Parts: sequence; structure tokens; C-alpha cells
Amino acid sequence: MMDTIATQHTVHLIARHAEATIWLARYMERIENLARILDVTNTFARDPDDTRNWLSIPRINGDLVAFNKRHAVATQGSVGAFYLLDAGNSTSVHACISAARENARMLRALISTEMWLQINVFYGHIRALNADSIIPEHFTAVCNMLKDGAQAHTGITEGTLYRDQAWHFYMIGRSLERADQTTRLLDTRFHALVPRTDAGDNIDAGHWNALLRAAAGYHAYRREHPNGYHPQEVACFMLANRAFPRSVGLNLGRIEWHLSQLRTSYGLRGMAAALERLDQLNGTMTYEHVTEVASRDLSPFLDYVQREIGALHQDIVATFGG
Amino acid sequence: MQTDGLSQSQTQTLSPPHGTMQGYDPGGFFCEMLRPGQPPHPTLTLLMSRLAALPIGSLRQRAIDAERDLLERGITFTVYSDATAIDRILPFDLIPRILTPAEWQHIETGVVQRVRALNMFLHDIYHERKILADGIVPAELVLKNAAYCEAMVGFDVPLNTYVHICGTDIVRDETGEFRVLEDNARTPSGVSYVVENRHMSLRVMSDLMTGLRVRGVDEYGLRLHQVMAEIAPPAVSDPQVVVLSPGIFNSAYFEHVFLAREMGVPLVEGRDLTVEGGKVWMRTTAGLAPVHTIYRRIGDDFLDPDTFNPESMLGVRGLIEAWRRGAVAIANAVGTGVADDKAIYAYMPRIIRYYLSEEPILKNVDTRICAEPDALAYTLDHLHELVVKPVAESGGYGLLIGPHASKRQLEDFARLLKADPANYISQPTLKLSVSPTLCDQGVRPRHIDLRPFAVTGKDTWVLPGGLTRVALKQGTLVVNSSQGGGTKDTWVLA
Repeated sequence: MMDTIATQHTVHLIARHAEATIWLARYMERIENLARILDVTNTFARDPDDTRNWLSIPRINGDLVAFNKRHAVATQGSVGAFYLLDAGNSTSVHACISAARENARMLRALISTEMWLQINVFYGHIRALNADSIIPEHFTAVCNMLKDGAQAHTGITEGTLYRDQAWHFYMIGRSLERADQTTRLLDTRFHALVPRTDAGDNIDAGHWNALLRAAAGYHAYRREHPNGYHPQEVACFMLANRAFPRSVGLNLGRIEWHLSQLRTSYGLRGMAAALERLDQLNGTMTYEHVTEVASRDLSPFLDYVQREIGALHQDIVATFGG
Repeated sequence: MQTDGLSQSQTQTLSPPHGTMQGYDPGGFFCEMLRPGQPPHPTLTLLMSRLAALPIGSLRQRAIDAERDLLERGITFTVYSDATAIDRILPFDLIPRILTPAEWQHIETGVVQRVRALNMFLHDIYHERKILADGIVPAELVLKNAAYCEAMVGFDVPLNTYVHICGTDIVRDETGEFRVLEDNARTPSGVSYVVENRHMSLRVMSDLMTGLRVRGVDEYGLRLHQVMAEIAPPAVSDPQVVVLSPGIFNSAYFEHVFLAREMGVPLVEGRDLTVEGGKVWMRTTAGLAPVHTIYRRIGDDFLDPDTFNPESMLGVRGLIEAWRRGAVAIANAVGTGVADDKAIYAYMPRIIRYYLSEEPILKNVDTRICAEPDALAYTLDHLHELVVKPVAESGGYGLLIGPHASKRQLEDFARLLKADPANYISQPTLKLSVSPTLCDQGVRPRHIDLRPFAVTGKDTWVLPGGLTRVALKQGTLVVNSSQGGGTKDTWVLA
């Protein structure tokens, strides 16, 4: 039940604003993920085949074609330039912050002034990046600046965004992006790792490390599994674990909760399709199922999850968006 | 600051500008701080001494901080050149413009009187047209005016209020007399800067304000919402108000955000609204929700493609019809532009006398209407000493400032004027008052004006203060933001 003050005056949310809120959250989350994977690749994923590591980033983002058009070889310099400097690349941090700011601008009357101010300043910092920012000795600092900016946004949002409908849509957007990013990460890394695991558990420790660090899950994973890496366990951790903030399962659960809040507290209707899809997808995120799938080939399953997450976004936007 | 109390300074007399004020000389202009010929006002004297004691380096650092703050906060307007959009700030001058209680009372009552007359005039010209029949205002000036709106004829707007939000541009001449330069009765901008400038003053100049009683400006959103609720269809108990904006690409978008935020209502675009079953609705997450009052920040022509510009993508189809049926209220009303036209402006003193049987409290600037042969002849003879304005333009474009024009410019302008005299009015060059302003050379006099904001439903309320615009370039009289002007905080003393 809503309290009495809220029932006296109905505060509506413009449909277009609901959609912009989802996108704002997604773009800001994307910046954080991108910064983390660039940093992790730079720091932890060093091996003789450097190119393969760097190329995994365009692969995750579905950018292989665009990347290859612009750069002959995947190196720290070329991938860094592509994602940190290239305003023409629609998946660069540059493009993400511009899109985030555009949505925030649309929402300026709705979001907190502190959220807007921080995005606006962060936008200025990203626009100021130049060739010097991506030289090896600056690379980590820039990735940290990006992570800091995105996390400051997350914190300011947590502390200042009024928790009415807009907040629920914001949180849905964040969880959609996290689930999507985790799936992508797992997909490329599994792709690269699975054939090599036959040789033994610890040979690819560096790669598992990098994967988990790129999802900010390394230490949590160590705590849960102190004995080493098993592909099925890593897959379970990233898909089915309900405590890891970036697991697909946790985020699907969050989306479900926010949708149900929107239904019960704000009387929003028409979400049957989204809830149905969510229910089915969430049903696959169990330890048993993921272990079973991962013992064969995870890729087709991850493709399915990714498609469903995209479809879920579409369902929600089609129902509530502008 | 505690030792620098009001009582101590009351005994001080005005000393010649010293300290940071060294070299400040308003010359023949009325200075809003020094007030030549007026008894020294204790608060102004105190302010002057505080200002003089602030090291210029500190002032400059504060100015830099303020500028960065405005940019970071996005208190900006957007300038579009080719394909790029650049966020610009309206330069903020740290040194406030002060109005005494007596001055403010004069302005306030004058603005209230003027808004009353504007609303009565609009009601009249869209109904009985008595003022035209009585020959007070030439009929063709109204009926053939580009801003005259046929769709408004015979339509009764709620409370007979057309101009709910009015921005009256006021200047002060060399004698210290306030004069109205222009009425802005369509969608006047700038109130967001009034409030944001105050917040900025409190952030960067709080030591200047310590212990002074300055009237607050934070009430605006509340008052505006109150009026928007007053004009809503009477059957509605909890009216839904929205601010209608052309969108994020509009240069005044920040103002729209401010208005929505301060009223606590949705900021919508035309695409968020729809007219169905004779009523206006907004598209929400819960489906269509009724809308009762629209504070629109879109020009008349773009408001409704059914009634006006059919090409408009910004407006709402069927909106005017819904309004005419009383299903929704629109502020400001359509067709108010005819009242703030520069040609009608010349008749405002007569319009006030006609409807209110009162003398105008705020004078006009002496204005000649070039459509009248005598006025045209006089204007052509005295072109070098007059300001000549095209009646249809705004933003300081297309005007001639005689004393600043070259011989060639004067000749060119005379040709324009003779070709289309009805398009122009002329006024004596105003010796606009000046206010101490931080410049590259130090604190120097710069010309200013004032735009108070009046909000009218059943009654008129005027936000204490208003937007003080300052011409930052030495010698220039044009204060428009589009022409390099800046703003100051305006302090109305309590």
C-alpha cells in the first residue's frame, strides 16, 4: 500500500522519460564495463599473443567489422584509440557519455541536479581525452578515471534519485545492461578458453582471473571457490549466482522485482509479455542447468540469453516507452 | 564582517571610490550604486565599502569560479553553428544590482498596472474593440498586426487573463527615472537566471550579503504553479500542469527545465501530448493521463498545426480547439504578441489611461511612430541622435543607434526607413544607468536594464527583483544575451 500522501496526488511519468531513464542507466553502466575490461586487458591478460586479447574487446561489443575497418592490428594503442578517443565509433566511451548526457538532458527536470552536474562534468573529462591519454603510462589512470566517473554516477543516483517510477525504470536499465555485459564477457572468454582447459585446471588461471576481474568478481569468486577454477563453476558464478552484483540471475531477479513494484505501487499494466519472458529466462539461471549446459557448449545458450535480454528491453520499452 | 555592521556605516558619508573601486567614474550616467543627487542609502554605502575592500584578485578568482560553476551546472544556452552545438553561459557579473524598497514599490505597482492594462487591451481587441472604435489606437495597427490572431476573436479566456507571465523591460535614464522599454507578453525568458544568479551570489559573494536583508526569489515556482492551477478548467480539483517545450535543442531549454522543476510538473514536448475526445492527454507509463493547464514555451505559430503552421512538428494537433472548448488552459494565451509589439508600445500610456483612468506609474521612453508623417520627418532629420527600431524584430537585431553609426550607415538606414516607415519607431538615445561591473580594467561602470517577471491569475504577483542584464562591452547599450550581454543578481532590499 502507498502511504496517504502519495495517493492524494498522482505523479505520472511521461512514457518517453521512462525510456530515456532506461537508456541513461545503460549508457553509464556501459562506460564502467568498458573501462574495466580495457584496464583488465591491459593489466592481467598479457601473454605472447597480445593481439588475441585486445581483439576480444571489439568481439565482445560486436565491433569486429568496424574495428578492422579502422585498424590493421589490435593493440593497446589501437583498441584504446577506438574505444577511448574515437567519436565516430558508436560504442566508444565518447559516444556512450554523449548519449547518456543527451538522455540526462531530456530528464533534467526529473533527475537530481547532482546527477546532472556530475554527468556534465564527466562528459567534459571524456571529451578532453587525447592521444596522450592512451599511451601506456597513462592508460590505467584513464581507465580508473572512467570507472570513478561511472561509479560516482551510480553512487549519486543511489543517494539522490527520488525513488518513484523513474527510479524503478533506471534500475531496470542498469540491470539489463549488467546482464547483457556479463553474458557478452562470458561468451567471448569461453569461446577463447574452453578448447584449452583440457590441459589442466590451472593452465588458464590468468585468463579466468582476467575474466572475473573484468566483471569485478574476482575476489568474490576466490572466496566461493578457493580451490581453483572450473569452467562450470565460473559459468555458474556469472550466470546463476544470486549474490554477485553482475550475475545475470541476480539482475534478472532485480528486473522482476522492479517490474512488480511498478505494477503494485503505480498500477502499471501490460507487462505480461515481459514478465513471462523474464520468468522463462530466469528459470534457466540455476546451478544445475548452467552446469549441465557448460559441460557441453555454453555458446548457443549465451546467444539465447543475449537475445532474450534484448527482447526484454524491447518488451518493456514497447509497453511503457515513448 | 561582524564589526562592519549596518549601524556603523549609517554615519559614514560617501567617500570617493577607493580600493577596488579606484578609478570608477560613471561620468554623466546615473550610477545605481553611487546615486548622485540622492541622500546616501546606508546599505548602499555599506556595500560600496565592502566592495572597495575586496581585493581585485579575489574578485577575479570568484568570477572564474562562478563561470566554471555555471558551465558545470549546465546553466547554459546552446548556440548552433553548422552542425555543432556549443553550450554557452550567460556571463555572470558578481557585483549585484541593488533596488531600494521605495524603488521596488514603484516598479512593482507600475508593472502590475501595466499588466492589467495589457490584459484589458487584449480582451477588448478580441471582443468589442472599443479602443479601436474610440480612435485611441489605430485599428489597422492592431488588426493588420502579424501577431494579431483571428482564432482568438470572441473567445473568453479564463479569468480574462491573457498574459499570465509578463517580462517588462525597464531602463533608468540619466535622471534616475525608470522607463519601460518593452513589454514581453509572449513567452518571456530569463527567470531561471534570476534564481540561479541568486544561488550563485550566495555561493561566491556571501560575504557581501552578510547581515543584509535582501528579498528572496525562491517563491517563483510556487506562485507560477498557483496561477496555472487557478486557470485550469474549474471542475478539476487537482489540475495536472505541464510545461511544453520544443525540446532539448531549444536554446532556452534550461529555462524550461527550471520552470518544470520549480513547479514540480512534467516537462513535455508536443509528441508527449495528444487530443482525444476533445480533451488533452499526455502519454505516460500508465497510458493517457489528462492535462489541465499547459505552460507553453512554444510560439503561437507552432502550437497547433490544425490552426496555425501546418508544418509544425513541435505542437499538438487539435490543441487550440480543446482550449476554446475549455478542456484545457494555455498560458500565455495565443495572440498576446499584438500587445507587446513595438508599434503598440508607443500607445501604452494612452492604453493605460483609457482602461484604468490612471496615469502610467512607469513612463515609456518617448517614442515616435514613423508611420505618422511628422514623426517620420523628425526621425529622418535627427537620425544621428536617435535609436530606430524595426517593430517586428526582437533581440536587438536590425536597429540603428544613431550616435554610434557612421555617415554611410545613417544614409543606408534612411533609405530603409523611407522605403517602409510603418516598420519603424524611433526613440531618443537613452543614457542608460550604469552599475559597477568587473571588467578587464578593474571595476567599471557598465549599462544595465531590468526585466521583472509578473505572474497573473486572479491577481498579479511580481517576483522581487528581476533579471538585470548588463552590457559588458564598454560604451555599448545593447544588453541582449544574443549580443554579448551578461547578467547580474538583483537585490531588492527589504
